[in-house]
Order: sequence, then structure tokens, then C-alpha cells
Amino acid sequence: MTTTPRWRTLTRHHLFWPVAVLVVLLLVNVPFTPDFFSIKMTDGHLYGSLVSIVLFGSPLILVAVGMTLVIATGGIDLSVGAVVAITGALTCSYISDQADQDALSGVLLAMGIGLVAAVVCGLWNGFLVARMGIQPIIATLIIMVAGRGVAQLITDGQIITVNSEPYKLIGGGYWLTLPFSIFVVAAVVAVTVALTRRTALGLLVESVGGNAEASRLVGIRSRRIKIMVYVFCALCAGIAGLMISSNTSAADGNNAGLWIELDAILAVVIGGTSLLGGRFSIGGTVVGALVIQTLTTTIYTIGVPTQTNLVFKAAVVIIVCLMQSPKFRAKVFGGGRLGGRFGGKRGDRSTATPADTAATPETVRTMEVS
Amino acid sequence: MLSRRNFLTAAVGVAAAGGLAACAKEDDSSSGSDSSSGGGGKKITLGFAQVGSESGWRTANTKSVKEAAKDAGYTLKFSDAQQKQENQISAIRSYIAQKVNVIAFSPVVVTGWDAVLKEAKTAKIPVILTDRSIETSDDSLYVSFIGSDFIDEGRRAAKMLEKVLEKAGHKGAVKIAQLEGTTGAAPAIERAKGFKEIMDAEHKDDWKVVVSQTGDFTRAGGKQVMAAFLQSNPDINVLYAHNDDMALGAIQSIEAAGKKPGKDILIVSVDGVKDGFVAMSEGKINGIVECNPLLGPQLMELVKKVNDGETVERRIKTKEGDFLQEQAKEALPTRKY
Repeated sequence: MTTTPRWRTLTRHHLFWPVAVLVVLLLVNVPFTPDFFSIKMTDGHLYGSLVSIVLFGSPLILVAVGMTLVIATGGIDLSVGAVVAITGALTCSYISDQADQDALSGVLLAMGIGLVAAVVCGLWNGFLVARMGIQPIIATLIIMVAGRGVAQLITDGQIITVNSEPYKLIGGGYWLTLPFSIFVVAAVVAVTVALTRRTALGLLVESVGGNAEASRLVGIRSRRIKIMVYVFCALCAGIAGLMISSNTSAADGNNAGLWIELDAILAVVIGGTSLLGGRFSIGGTVVGALVIQTLTTTIYTIGVPTQTNLVFKAAVVIIVCLMQSPKFRAKVFGGGRLGGRFGGKRGDRSTATPADTAATPETVRTMEVS
Repeated sequence: MLSRRNFLTAAVGVAAAGGLAACAKEDDSSSGSDSSSGGGGKKITLGFAQVGSESGWRTANTKSVKEAAKDAGYTLKFSDAQQKQENQISAIRSYIAQKVNVIAFSPVVVTGWDAVLKEAKTAKIPVILTDRSIETSDDSLYVSFIGSDFIDEGRRAAKMLEKVLEKAGHKGAVKIAQLEGTTGAAPAIERAKGFKEIMDAEHKDDWKVVVSQTGDFTRAGGKQVMAAFLQSNPDINVLYAHNDDMALGAIQSIEAAGKKPGKDILIVSVDGVKDGFVAMSEGKINGIVECNPLLGPQLMELVKKVNDGETVERRIKTKEGDFLQEQAKEALPTRKY
């Protein structure tokens, strides 16, 4: 009898299902790529499928982490893909104008310009959502539509190729035998976790997401919190934009970060963060983003015909979402006994924060009526 | 109730924003349409409805048409449809209303042109298709189609691979990885078809496409897909990419895997953009099949003939070349796009 409660505790951990899916997806690759898990040294850096997944997945992880906080406040940010394109375009066009593209100062300045542009986009989103009270989906749609045009204006409709060794490092280079982008992602995730879980900031974000008006009444500056998360999200997208353009050493205003906003939202959802806002899990989001990147790699390696790519992806995503739904699991696997247990308790899988109670729609409604 | 109200507000807002975006784009196209008008008299007026500006190739195409019209002394009315058929149809209608001499356009999609082209025919304005073709039951609706033949590009790529293999002194099985263009796009389908045709006819035993996946015509796509290919099929020795950008991305993945692009893995691609030629002059691409966007001068010649009432060929191919590494260095300075 000792194993059962332990197993139950494990399956009820909020990261259990995302991690389980990730492991299954990784194992699916083994019959098709025999040395899938092997990692070897090539040209002084580690090389292997797992390294590629993390390398190509880094921009998505960054965007998704930013998106998590926005979604935690009950918002959504559709503009991240456009911000990726703008940042890459600005940075690359500045670098390509330099006489010496390898000069570190020029590259740093170029990256600074790109990130400032990203922050400006975030401020604009935050201003529209928090000050003007516009629905987040509309407010961020503006930059989603217009931003790609701006990026194309900057690049003049062309793909700008840069030839800069220092710039190549951030998204395509290696440091201590590992892809440099892993360190960037680790730093951003560590800072985010520290800020949200070691300080009250995470609690404040969740309370704003639970009920912005109630939070304001208890003295939380909910508007400021909202602006902050949109700026943070845009900054993450900006760094991802640097990575994507650096990875191919080129800025493509038309295609860079295309549809990344949807993948990011999906990663957040797979990670167990509620789209209603009020609670979030950074760890879950990172796993969710890795799931999506592994899925993409799997499609390439197992030889899914091109025409059925998207159907395959959709089928996997549907299965993942169903597996994560406690109600579905109870109906299919649990029968009557577990039905009551899992079906009724949404909080089971959540991050167990005080804001949990505020997350259910019923509570939100009652609070707003009163 | 609240959430439903929110949802409705959001839905209305999305629709409104979409509408706004559409207006903005139309404004763009109309402001661009007068770009090089001016002058009058007996000058030929050409109405040109472009697809959009989705790639470097398209930008070069637009530039070529504008410059060629200026050099030929024609009045060009230019519009950019932003990849939307309805924009293009309204542009063509406005050209009919303005009584231009000839209309030329690159159709956004294949079908749905009969009605507007009948209006042009009634107004006795000849129509030329550029770059992309249409499907119609009435062939008299357009006089000529000038553009690249994507199937032929696929065939040329296969022929080029023969030469490349011979030059490299390759022996044994040829294991090909194919990077396809955007799924469903005509260039992607036809470049694969033409290549397969030659491969099945002449190299059934020794050539084999071991993996094939879409890289969406982008560098990032090509890089990511190639990285996965190299893991699942480490014995690949040839790469056929449907455009240069994907080949450029794939080169980076090949290098990361510790292999030499152009030597360990022979690369053939289509398009001939400048960066592709740079890579070829560095020995990283073995052969490029050109897909020429600079059809402006040929188009203007055709416009003159059509306007003078001469009979013209139904299908005119753009002038294109095949380039191997030796020619890359010489050709590089002349590449415009």
C-alpha cells in the first residue's frame, strides 16, 4: 500500500503530465533514430538530437515564459511574433551597416537598439491594456498585424544577411561546449522564477489575474503590474528575436517568428497554466515548449509526409490536452471511483498558490458582483 | 454572462481590427498605383497588379518591372495586392475603368478570375499573366503567360545533380535529402515533380530520396529540418533544396554536424539569389538552377507586341541559366537580388 499514495502524489504533481508527454515523445524517436539519446563532441562542441532540440527550442521557451506571466494576469499577447521580427530586423540592419561587423561594441549597441524597440512595443501593449482598458487580444493584435509590416519596412522587403562572429554567438554559437542560447534561457528562467517565487511579485501577478479590481481595492497597483508583464513579455520576445536572427545570421521580416505566438500559447497551456489567469507555472511552460519542439523534431525524423504534418501535430496536441484534463482522465481511466476525486478538483494540478481559489470562474463572478 | 459579453466585445473588435487592416492595405495599393504615371499622348499604359512583397524574389521582380517600364517609356500603373485576390480583382477593375492599353498581373491564386477577365475582354484590353498561371475554362481570356516553368526547374536540378556527381567523382548509392517549399505552393509541388520525373526515368537504381520534408522556403526552416535529417539519416550525401534560402540554413546545420557542405554533402538548389551565389563561390553549394525574377524587359517587349496587335506565343519562358561553382565567381557581381 505504500506505493499507491506515492504514485498518486506523483501523478497529481502539476508537472507530471507535461513531463510524461515529453518523455513519451522522446522515446517515440528511438526506433527511427537509433542513437537519438547519444551526444558526442564535434568540432569542440556537443552535438546530438537533444542538443538540437534545446537549441532550436530556446526562442520558443523565452517567448512562452513571457507569455506565461501575461496569461497569468488574464491577458494574452499576440504581438510576440511581430516583436521577434522587428527586433531581428533592427539589429541585423544596424550590424550590416557597420564597417566592421565583428566589432563587439557595434553588436552590443545593435542588440540594445533591438531590445529597446521590443520594450517600446511592450509599453504600447501595456498602455492599451492597462490604461485604455482595451481587450488584450485586440490591443496586441495591432502590433501583430502592423509589426510585421514595420519589420519589412526596416529590411526593405529583403532578407538581410550579417557576417558577424560575436552576433552569431547568442543564437547559434557555443560556449563551454554547450549552445550559448541554453545559458541565456537558463538565466532568463532563473531570474523570472526568482522574481515571481522568491518575492511577492508572483503573488501580485496572480492576484491581478484572479481579479484585477479586487486587487486594486486591497492596494495592489494592478495597472502597473499589467504594464510590467507586457513589457517583460515583449522583452523576452525581443531576446528570442535576437536568437532567431542570430541562429541563421539573417533577418527575415516576413518569416521570422511567424506563428510563434500560437506555439507559445500552446506551450503555456500544455504546461498547465490556466488561460483564465490567476495561476501560472514557469516550470510547466518550459516543459511545454520542449514538448512542442520535440514534436516538431519528431515529425522531421519519423518521416511524416509533408501534407499530413499539421494533422499529425494537431492529433498529438489534442491527445496531450485530453490527457491533461482531469475530467477526461476520470471518465476514461478512473471509472466512478476517481470521477469525484479528479473531476471536482481543478486545484489539484495547479501550482498550489494562495491565488488558486480566485482562479475558478465562479469565484471571480461572485467577487465582481459584490 | 460577463465572459460571454467579453467574448462578444472581443469578437467585434477582432472583426473591426481586421477591417481596419484591410483598409490600410488598400490605401497602400492605391497610393502606390500612381507611382510612375505622368506624361500622356500615345504612350502605352500598362496596368500591373503584383501579388505582394512576400520575399526578396518578389521585390526583385517588382523592381525589374518598374525599371523596365521606365526604360521602355511606358506609363505604368502599379498595384500591390498584399496576397489578397479581392485586392487584385479590384485593381484590375480599376485598370479597365481607366482604359489602360494592356493589363499584366501575377495571380495570387489559381482560380476565380473568369468574371473579371471577361470584363477586360469586353473592354478589349489584352491580359498577360506573369510568373504564375491560372485555371480557366475559356483560354481566350488571356493572350500569353510569361514566367518560369517550375517543373522544368525540377528537371534541370536533376540534370545538374548528374553533372555535380560526375564532377565530384561520386561512386555508389546517392542518398538524397529533399527540402521542400511551402506545402501546397506550386513551386514546391512542381520542383519536386520535375526532379522525380528525371530520377525515376534515368536513375531508378542508384538514386533515392531518403528523406523529404517542408522547410517553408525559409532559412530557419531549412536549418532545423536539416539538423533533424542528419540525426535520423546520417548517411545522406546529397541535398536538393527547393530554394536557396533553405539550402543556406541547411549549410549551417551540416557544418554544426562536423561535415563539409559541398564536399561530404553535395548541394543543389533553385532560385539564384545573391546569398546563394556567395555560398556557391565559397564552395558550399555545388549547383544552382536559376529562377529569374527579372522578367521586366521581356514583359515590356511582349506588351509592345500585344499592343501592336501581333500574335504572340501562349507560353513564354523567362530567360534562365544553370550555374555550377566555376561560373559562380564570375556571375556574383552581376546578381541584383
